[in-house]
Amino acid sequence: MNTVIETRNLVKRYGRHAAVDGLDLTVEKGEVFGLLGPNGSGKTTTILLLLGLTEPTSGTVRVLGLDPLRNPLEVKRRVGYLPDQIGFYDNLTARENLLYTARLSGLPGAEASARIGYALERVRLSHAAERRVGTFSRGMRQRLGLAEVLIKRAEIAILDEPTSGLDPQSTQELLDLIGELSREGITIVLSSHLLTMVQEICGRVALFNRGRIGLMGKVADLTSDVLGGTHVVEVEADGVDLRTALAGAPHVTGVVEQRSGLWRVDADADARPEIARRVVAAGGSLRTMSIRQTTLDEVYVRFFEEEKVHAAA
Amino acid sequence: MPQREGSPFTGLATVALKEAADHMTSARIHLVMLLVLLTAVGAVYAAIGQITATVSEDQFLFLRLFTTAQEPLPSFVAFLGFLLPLVAIALGFDAINGEYNRRTMSRILSQPIYRDALLTGKFLGCLIVIAICLLVLWLLVIGLGILLVGLPPSAEEILRGLAFLLASFVYAGVWLAVAMVFSTIFRSPATSALATLTVWLLFTIFWPMLSPLIAGAIAPVDPFDPMTAVDRVEVERAIARISPNTLFGEMTLAILNPETRSLGLVFANQLSQAVIGAPLPASQSLMLIWPQLACMIAALLVLFTAAYVSFQRQEIRA
Repeated sequence: MNTVIETRNLVKRYGRHAAVDGLDLTVEKGEVFGLLGPNGSGKTTTILLLLGLTEPTSGTVRVLGLDPLRNPLEVKRRVGYLPDQIGFYDNLTARENLLYTARLSGLPGAEASARIGYALERVRLSHAAERRVGTFSRGMRQRLGLAEVLIKRAEIAILDEPTSGLDPQSTQELLDLIGELSREGITIVLSSHLLTMVQEICGRVALFNRGRIGLMGKVADLTSDVLGGTHVVEVEADGVDLRTALAGAPHVTGVVEQRSGLWRVDADADARPEIARRVVAAGGSLRTMSIRQTTLDEVYVRFFEEEKVHAAA
Repeated sequence: MPQREGSPFTGLATVALKEAADHMTSARIHLVMLLVLLTAVGAVYAAIGQITATVSEDQFLFLRLFTTAQEPLPSFVAFLGFLLPLVAIALGFDAINGEYNRRTMSRILSQPIYRDALLTGKFLGCLIVIAICLLVLWLLVIGLGILLVGLPPSAEEILRGLAFLLASFVYAGVWLAVAMVFSTIFRSPATSALATLTVWLLFTIFWPMLSPLIAGAIAPVDPFDPMTAVDRVEVERAIARISPNTLFGEMTLAILNPETRSLGLVFANQLSQAVIGAPLPASQSLMLIWPQLACMIAALLVLFTAAYVSFQRQEIRA
């Protein structure tokens, strides 16, 4: 494994507002890395800094060992970018749009049209190649954007909010395509505010909050670190204080009463039998119990809630 | 500051040709061109009627095609002075902000090109369109002249005609640069179009009224000192020449009327022994307009630099 993207103490200020505030990020070759966080937390700015499309206030960026400020052409030649809310020239056809960017990246004509044919096939847009992009749906535009990354034969693909505004089916198609690219060895960095949607395809994620990375690591590690468990059991039971009943129970890492009679138990394994046993043993009546995997949304909310509490204290 | 590597001209030709092709096929440009073409042909046709009606010996009959006005139509040159800025503005007012609004800016700039190539390419693309348009018009006028007047133009007339073509090209380029500056400053194409049209109106209609007023304030005339009257005229001319329209007017006057000897005040003693009405050779007329031409090229470069600086400093995120 070698590092393809590295930032050190990266800061970007707009006036007095720090959009990115001391970012340390490393992405290894071949991984799918998620920049996750709410809107306005600095994800897009980070991406623009990586591509050299905006200048950092301080700090350093290395992409493929190059400085995007000093050597932007080489970086942009080897990195593909799918912007948030991607736009095309609506009066041109899909093929003409791709041909323009292929020419801009310096591909000779014959090579370009061969790659365009292949890329359109890959993103399943061959049938619409001669249609004007003005008639395309959101999902088709997004796929056309991916085709552009394919044509470039990028080593790194940076995708900004690739699934935002897409219907569930288009989202799944796009995620599948991204998975395919990743299996071909392309390093993928993607940003999203829909944490749960991308958690399955990301190897590692960084959770952004106000220009900083709050958490970084594998999804499973994050959930167990922050919530203490990878599973959430919701228990509805009467006549028992689950907090005392579950004290010292194996696998259980936390108990919270959400409302009277409804408890939320964090666990690092399926602890349902043990919980059921203890509820009954404590004389309570167990009504329902459901288990699910912890989502990144929960991690996010929990983590930054705690941080807010710390900040206030 | 670290030096950037790679040529700023990478992708320049691609951008320029794509822009030119886009404009050539856009409905907006078709409309403006149609307007220009119709008025130009109308003006020249009227001029030809006037010329064939007056049977007199004229050494520069062909140049009269450009300058003869027949009521109520103005001359071809006057039409061009009025409409060329419109063509340039139509081409340039949404050059940069249009890319933001289509959300294509970040996608294009993530290709291995510098911003320089995008801005310069767009400027060149529009210049190509203007050049083609002017050349077509010019050939059309010459062709109409040969057909309807029945005389071939002389070498000197062709030379002066080419100089006129160059002057019109630079004039349109200045207005294109104005439009480009506003298209980088304002994010909304409507705002930039209005701003450019405001500047155009100011210089086309109000500047000729304003310059005497400003000159009167700067250099009041003292009735007991005749030199102050001369100063006043000089100041007024200097102020009027801030407008590209004035410069264009002076250039066409000197090129297309070979009898023009000076574009400023001429005193009686300077005219002693001059043969009034005798034409200047083309080289002398070109000398006469050289300061105007140089000023226009300078204005074009300064405006383009302003657009360049403003664009280079812009944040790409929409």
